[in-house]
Amino acid sequence: MSMILLIEQLLNGLQSGLMLFLMAAGLTLVFGVMGLINLAHGSLYMVGAFACAGVAAATGSFWLGLAASIAAAAAAGAIVEIAVIRRLYRRDHLDQVLATFALILIFSEGTRWLYGSFPLYLNVPDALSGSVTLPGGIRYSLFRLAIIGAGLLVAVGLFLLIGKTRIGVQVRAGEADREMIAALGVDIRRLYTLVFALGAALAGMAGALVGTIQSVQVGMGEPVLILAFVVIVIGGIGSIKGALVGALLVGLTDTMGRVLLPSLFDLFMETSAATSVGAALASMAIYILMALVLIVKPGGLFGARA
Amino acid sequence: MNRAQIVNAALALGLLGFGLGAWAMGETFLVTLATKVAILAIAGAGLNLVLGFGGLVSFGHAAYFGLGGYTAGILAHHALNYTAMFEWPFVYEGTTSMPVIWITAMLIGALAALMIGALSLRTTGVYFIMITLAFGQMIFYFAISWPAYGGEDGLPIYVRNGFPGLNTLDPVQFFGLVCAVLFAVLGLIAMLAHSRFGLALQAARQNRQRLMAVGIRPGGVLLVAFVISGAITALAGALYADLNRFVSPSMLSWHLSGELLVFLILGGTGRLFAPLAGAGLYIALEHLLGGVSDHWQFFFGLLLLGVVLFARGGVIGFLAGGKRHG
Repeated sequence: MSMILLIEQLLNGLQSGLMLFLMAAGLTLVFGVMGLINLAHGSLYMVGAFACAGVAAATGSFWLGLAASIAAAAAAGAIVEIAVIRRLYRRDHLDQVLATFALILIFSEGTRWLYGSFPLYLNVPDALSGSVTLPGGIRYSLFRLAIIGAGLLVAVGLFLLIGKTRIGVQVRAGEADREMIAALGVDIRRLYTLVFALGAALAGMAGALVGTIQSVQVGMGEPVLILAFVVIVIGGIGSIKGALVGALLVGLTDTMGRVLLPSLFDLFMETSAATSVGAALASMAIYILMALVLIVKPGGLFGARA
Repeated sequence: MNRAQIVNAALALGLLGFGLGAWAMGETFLVTLATKVAILAIAGAGLNLVLGFGGLVSFGHAAYFGLGGYTAGILAHHALNYTAMFEWPFVYEGTTSMPVIWITAMLIGALAALMIGALSLRTTGVYFIMITLAFGQMIFYFAISWPAYGGEDGLPIYVRNGFPGLNTLDPVQFFGLVCAVLFAVLGLIAMLAHSRFGLALQAARQNRQRLMAVGIRPGGVLLVAFVISGAITALAGALYADLNRFVSPSMLSWHLSGELLVFLILGGTGRLFAPLAGAGLYIALEHLLGGVSDHWQFFFGLLLLGVVLFARGGVIGFLAGGKRHG
């Protein structure tokens, strides 16, 4: 295995980890502040991707599409929160799972109704197409590099928002004791809608960016949703820092496992057998990672509560 | 008989009556549909043991269902192709005998549930939901990427496996066999629920501290229930594989785990016959709505949302009234 390929895969892992972080951050905030498990988070990711594809196709501008994806996902999140999610905060987790499962069916089937089952493809904007040569002579896609930059920017922005602003103080206080901050005069209903819409906007942005690399289709949010669950279980529910560390661990493990495991087994097996054993194990690698974390720390790496 | 018992009896007779009535009128497709309801009810009954009685929201029961299905598929695959499944310590060529397949499927389901349960039960609440979901996905992706048994394409069973003394290819005989299994499973769960173990299991749902105070470790009780539950759901999976004469990774998908939860909520969580009522209603809706619109899942989602938000207690809660204590 050449060094160049290895570094390229490391960058791919970093990129998929950062996109997972955008998903997981919303999930973990919603759970930390409202105590809600939201399966429909993957649908908001899909909404973002479709909004981007629709607007980009109509206007010809990827940037308008990206803005539309954030706006559409945030709007969809706010509407869903006000219409449905708000009624679920006091319910047990089973009701939350089923109601948000129902939302997935509605979103997925509704989108299929509007757009059909065929995948849509987005074009990388001209300014970011092609590839760049990194130090060391590695050629890497400029768009993927831009995604890594955008992911890092959002992560920093989110840490500043939660750590340094008044809204962040309210969010953190909401995690600690929601009755108390309501008693202190914070409009808790508005705060909940805001947090939910923020999480939705992040998911929508991730959907648009990943949709540009892969494709935009119904059901694209579900595999990512489950990976995001693995991320927040590893990182600890409610912790943004945990979500970031967990997302990078999962992104890198998944990407590197797919590259390294087949060649590892190739050392002592036939090539065809090594490929299938390696691929099968690689597809399980992140779950094994999760199991290991759970054995050592049942509450996740940065979890406050189990 | 109280109202709940009357409703239960009506459900059991309704299933039998529907299947046999359809057979009498020569509607083979409807007999198969009734068989599907009965099999999904068995899977739901397995989940009901941990969810309804033990209060554990397992979002990964498709894993046991699919493992049961693959057990049936793989054993039959080797028997029908005359290839050895393993050659050590003895040569084994698979089997097409349902009793052997059922026992193997239940053992494999129990073993998987033991390993997954031992890890997952270290956590509670939302963690438990996400972890069972994640382990379910792990097995799903393994099935997709392992090429020996069909991978993504699945594995056909060319001839339905046999049961001594029955012609299982006859839809109504297979329906009768499945119903017998369903009622045996429901009887077993009713017995368990009233046993010392069942009372401890329900106490684990209601108040773990008090259970510990009387000297019972909740973890052990819940793990045993989880293992039994995995075995029952795997048995249902083996039957489902034989019904379709086909196994595919979709049996392991998380949609199926969600559907099993939906059956219980539609039926009324914690009620013995909830899985039958829920599976019956789900399949009926799928069939009826599916005839009206290709996008039936959209309307089903709205309906499910309405049930969860406004109509708690499910079908049996509505018909039999009275909140189950606890």
